[in-house]
Amino acid sequence: MASGLTYTMLDATKLSTSEIYGAVLCELGEKHPDIVGFSADLAKSTKIGLFQKKFPDRFFNVGIAEQNMFGIAAGMAKAGLTPFVSTFAIFATMRALDQVHTDICYQNLNVKIIATHGGLSFGQAGSTHHCTEDLSIMRSMANCQVIVPADGIETANAVEAAYYTPGPIYIRINRGFDRRFYDRAEYGFKIGKAVKLTEGTDITIIACGSCVYQAVEAANILANADGIKARVLDMHTIKPIDKEAILEAVHDTRRIITVEDHNVIGGLGSAVAEVIAGSGKGCAFERLGIPDTFSIIGLHEDLMAYYKIDTNGILECARELLGRDFEADDDWEDEV
Amino acid sequence: MEIIQVNELSKKAYQIRKLTLELLCEAKSGHTGGSLSEADILSVLYFSKMNIDPAKPDWEDRDRFILSKGHACPALYATLALKGYFPLESLSTLRKLGSKLQGHPDMKRTLGIDISTGSLGQGLSAGLGMALASRLLKKQNRIYVLLGCGELQEGQVWEAAMAAAHYKAANLTAIIDYNRLQIDGSNSEVMELSPLADKWRSFGWKVIEIDGHNIEQIVNAFEEAKQTVDCPSVIIAKTVKGKGVSFIENQVGWHGRVPTKEELAKALIELDERMKTL
Repeated sequence: MASGLTYTMLDATKLSTSEIYGAVLCELGEKHPDIVGFSADLAKSTKIGLFQKKFPDRFFNVGIAEQNMFGIAAGMAKAGLTPFVSTFAIFATMRALDQVHTDICYQNLNVKIIATHGGLSFGQAGSTHHCTEDLSIMRSMANCQVIVPADGIETANAVEAAYYTPGPIYIRINRGFDRRFYDRAEYGFKIGKAVKLTEGTDITIIACGSCVYQAVEAANILANADGIKARVLDMHTIKPIDKEAILEAVHDTRRIITVEDHNVIGGLGSAVAEVIAGSGKGCAFERLGIPDTFSIIGLHEDLMAYYKIDTNGILECARELLGRDFEADDDWEDEV
Repeated sequence: MEIIQVNELSKKAYQIRKLTLELLCEAKSGHTGGSLSEADILSVLYFSKMNIDPAKPDWEDRDRFILSKGHACPALYATLALKGYFPLESLSTLRKLGSKLQGHPDMKRTLGIDISTGSLGQGLSAGLGMALASRLLKKQNRIYVLLGCGELQEGQVWEAAMAAAHYKAANLTAIIDYNRLQIDGSNSEVMELSPLADKWRSFGWKVIEIDGHNIEQIVNAFEEAKQTVDCPSVIIAKTVKGKGVSFIENQVGWHGRVPTKEELAKALIELDERMKTL
């Protein structure tokens, strides 16, 4: 990003993803007095509390009242301010969905929803605090863009890009530390544009959020142990989805796996499937995610293993997909 | 307040009612009762109290009005047209295919609408957001939110009430169109609201109770709210649902039905007669 944020790699190794979010928001807030912050008694947990400390007059802790919070944010956006609203993903997208839908998305208001504790990342807290439906819900909100950063660095990029992009944006991050994946901020992050992390012609793994790291690990093992060249796409933007990158992958590799910390219905896998189906091109395809069930509890990494959205799960799926009988098509080259 | 000004505002309210019934009859669907009950309040806000300019609907320093009971927008559309936001002729497009005048108000489509509403219970939060933004931006404007009585059953209203008092949002005024009827019956039958004034008072609001059809009381209530500097104000306006037309007044069934052509003709005669007595 060009605006010269000052967080460093050193910070990124020490800070959790949401701490990086808080730090970036403070830097943005310094430059842009129109930014205001909101939380519903989760300023500490979501780390928007860092912004609160720095700009107490521009921060509103509305108490445990998410519906009211999103309504107030809408009113502020209508008056020309730029609210960043943070609470847990499950409360942002379900408890206050009517307000997010009607007050913010319907009116195309400039509110940035930075939801934390997404997916299974609140593992031990139980299913009332897991959120494996938010991408499906938010993807169907017209006007709203949906981003799932892979790690802290990408979160910093996404939060900054969100400020400079008008309209409602939903960014989903995890609780706690994410495995750091990007080693620098300047890798060309752009909303709506997938990042190609490994080249490959045998299979493409399309991932978002915490599954990106797992996908790259799986691709390395496939390359070293199986001699399989897997392409990995960091599909950080679920909406608008990068159709070009998906169709290129269909053409080049003919085998696609999607992997996400979300119900297999309605999220990344569905978005990719829609693009493939709409193109009319054949492709072996599997979606990895939570299999339309309310999740069990456990540590995040254990749950990722349990639901096979970790490195081993991706490996197993990739090997199965590569072994599938797949009909050749002489006209493949004509399709792009 | 001078009699002549009171009469002018009363007359405007009757014009709002007549236009409302005409456009509802033309649309063949919509909400009649709650539109008629709020007409006097709208008249005072738009033709006396609010600092607005229809030539500059996006003027930053304008006062804001939110119709939280969005279904009662026919009377608001009539008011906006009378004020000059759009031509009176466009009122006949209400609820028709692709019309700017939806069954619930849409700020993206209709000039003069400050926020879209329709899902009940949400307007006060948006109004509080505007009030806090005005404070941050050091503006002197005021924010008015008109709520129905039935929608006070929504929990979000009380979240907003608690927060507005917490933030001492004195530039925020809520008005309750307290006609005591909702779709399925009276408030008491469906879900009791009383003691309503005590509820608001206990939430930390300045409470002003008035007759919502008495122009002078409405004007004075807004003045009293403006003079209140340490907390938000709520005007509990006792109204009659369907006010102005005897066969519509106080009838639950007239919440969501519209007049036939014959009923419209009868209603307009009655409204004209009442207007003459001013």
